[in-house]
Amino acid sequence: MQARLTGRNAAELRFRLYGLFAIGAAIATLGVLLFSIVGKGYTAFVQTEILLDVRFDAAAIGDLEDLEGEGRRAALQRADYGALLRESLREQFPDVEGRTAIRSLTALVSTGARAMLREKIADDPALLDRSVPLWLTADDEVDMLMKGQIARDVPESERRLSDVQLAWVDALEAEGRIRTVFNRTFLTAGDSREPELAGVWGALVGSFLTLAVALGVSFPIGVLTAVYLEEFAPKNRWTDLVEVNINNLAAVPSIVYGLLGLAVFLNILQLPRSAPLVGGLTLALMTLPTIIIAARSAILGVPPSIREAARGVGASPLQVVAHHVLPLALPGILTGTIIGMARALGETAPLLMVGMVAFIVDVPGSLTDAATVLPVQIFLWADSPERGFVEKVSGAILVLMTFLLLMNAGAIVMRQKFEKRW
Amino acid sequence: MTCNRITTGVLLAGAVLLFTNPAAARDQIRIVGSSTVFPFATAVAEEFGRSTDFKTPIVERTGSGGGLKLFCAGVGVEHPDIANASRRIKQSEIDLCRRNGVSEISEVKVGYDGIVLANSKQAPKQRFTLQQIFLALAKEIPAPNGDWIPNPNKTWQDVEPLLPDVAIEVLGPPPTSGTRDAFNELALEGGCKTFPDVAALEKTDKARYKQVCHSIREDGAYVEAGENDNLIVQKLRANDAAFGVFGYSFLDQNGDVIQGSVIDGIAPTFDAISSGDYPVSRSLYFYVKVAHVDSIPGMKEYLVEFTSEKAYGEFGYLADKGLIPSPKVEREQFRSDAGALVILQDLPGVASK
Repeated sequence: MQARLTGRNAAELRFRLYGLFAIGAAIATLGVLLFSIVGKGYTAFVQTEILLDVRFDAAAIGDLEDLEGEGRRAALQRADYGALLRESLREQFPDVEGRTAIRSLTALVSTGARAMLREKIADDPALLDRSVPLWLTADDEVDMLMKGQIARDVPESERRLSDVQLAWVDALEAEGRIRTVFNRTFLTAGDSREPELAGVWGALVGSFLTLAVALGVSFPIGVLTAVYLEEFAPKNRWTDLVEVNINNLAAVPSIVYGLLGLAVFLNILQLPRSAPLVGGLTLALMTLPTIIIAARSAILGVPPSIREAARGVGASPLQVVAHHVLPLALPGILTGTIIGMARALGETAPLLMVGMVAFIVDVPGSLTDAATVLPVQIFLWADSPERGFVEKVSGAILVLMTFLLLMNAGAIVMRQKFEKRW
Repeated sequence: MTCNRITTGVLLAGAVLLFTNPAAARDQIRIVGSSTVFPFATAVAEEFGRSTDFKTPIVERTGSGGGLKLFCAGVGVEHPDIANASRRIKQSEIDLCRRNGVSEISEVKVGYDGIVLANSKQAPKQRFTLQQIFLALAKEIPAPNGDWIPNPNKTWQDVEPLLPDVAIEVLGPPPTSGTRDAFNELALEGGCKTFPDVAALEKTDKARYKQVCHSIREDGAYVEAGENDNLIVQKLRANDAAFGVFGYSFLDQNGDVIQGSVIDGIAPTFDAISSGDYPVSRSLYFYVKVAHVDSIPGMKEYLVEFTSEKAYGEFGYLADKGLIPSPKVEREQFRSDAGALVILQDLPGVASK
């Protein structure tokens, strides 16, 4: 008797230990993943800048006084800001002579600095012919050097920065002309081929528009399907067949929906390629089964007594559903929807087929503008040769995970708040 | 009330479907094609968008074959204007274009891309011949008695006694990649041809020749590492014994951690690839739909930007991105051809159907 009891207790203890081990392994994996992404990615949120005294030479820009509107804009567009940058860098390093040397000197500053100068002078024409100290974005090579990603001790030919460029950077740093600031560009700009100018905003807006379409289409259709199947449809072989099909569709690989989207939305309906509208419709098809299944089980969870009570006081079937069943099932339906949307947010494969795997600089403004989404942006950056994109990839993953976390937390909060237990 | 909300939702969804106007004119260039040309085309597109009043072109990564298929699907705003390719267009693709009404195509050679066989800097630099690469990676190799046998080589030393006694482990792109096509064609076939029997085989049995010269072994010595070349670079850093196959631009960007092996006595350097001395290099192209040049704003200006010295020239910004520019004469030729929109004729040696 005692022996059997000891045996059973030992078995219980072992079982608990297995459970703890399983949870521990899951947490450790998550920890390693988060650690590596945060470790690589946090530097994406800071950016190196170089302080230069830029003189807005009137000879290079032209007289803005007399020009207005279109003419003024064209003059600003035409002006040679590269020359202004060259001049201010040469002022900083007066001994640099020769075309090649000057070229490698100007390579320290990002190509985006020219646009910065243009905006500056457009905002404030009074700067003309004045010398202004400006913090300009550094080139990604300099940025990588400051972040310790470029080894200084290898031979010059194997480095992206030459010895003389290193010396210039060190001189600038000694003068306090180099600083590291919060990288606003990363959160406000669209894609770019220059790591220091690339941002996730374009992809975020694209993701938002795509999800909005997906939600707008799949939620009403999914809920209506679930309500009809649960509350109104007769139970016969046809509805069984529909049910089996819906369950099957939930398990279909997402690329198949991409091919479907390509065939139906692009080839037959002739909708524009790369548009959030098409991506959203494709993702809507993908999330539809998930929403239907979640909504059906939520509706099933509403006790029959509620329906009978409503019918007892004379409610029509429609009133029973609209006034009682749906409001009570809504928390469950919303939870399922949010989880479906979170999956759609992380999806790339179906979007490949409808042309959303593309380099798009402009932030999309409407549902038919070309756009890309966050996971695609991560994929495109991960495949870029520039060293600077390594941290951007991890940074973008952090942004994506933040949104996933917010959506899933939203689902949990909603369930906690509205769920009724009987 | 909830019911009303649902009805509104359905109506909204319907409205979204109805009120899109796909046939609207396009004011933005659309480019599709090769993932090898992608980093260069996007750099030009961005510079073009920044320095002109035109919108930044949209560049899609579809692969060379997929891109040309989309490109050749027809004329009109729903079809792309330019297709990038990491190989020359095939006669079958020109024919497909013609059947769909795309009769006028202009060809521009972007420059060269070298394919390197690289390993970690922690390990010694290697020298290979094309024949050794073939013997290490081919599925079947010729035995001394003239038969073809499944590749028995396990280590580099099995291939050539002077090479190190290290297991053969090469990480490279999958068959869907243009880089793999070019590697098969230039490195494997190049090594394959060095056997006298094979030269005879090419004349007598073309299909068999292709089979033996283009098949990579599938017993684990060659690891398909996906299309992501950065991943291969990272794996090489972690594994001193492995070699990787990828484009020159990745070697250029990671010269402090990996080194390119010398092939047939030539190291994969900028100059050696540019001059054509390095044996494993290929040309990159893009194709322009001439019928779109007048209807899509900015097409001419994009061609001018791409073929300008500051872009694809010797010291242009594309060279900074890892492109190996063509020789000066060739660049000038393609610049004037692109300006005049010279129409691509049938490829020599193949009869048009």
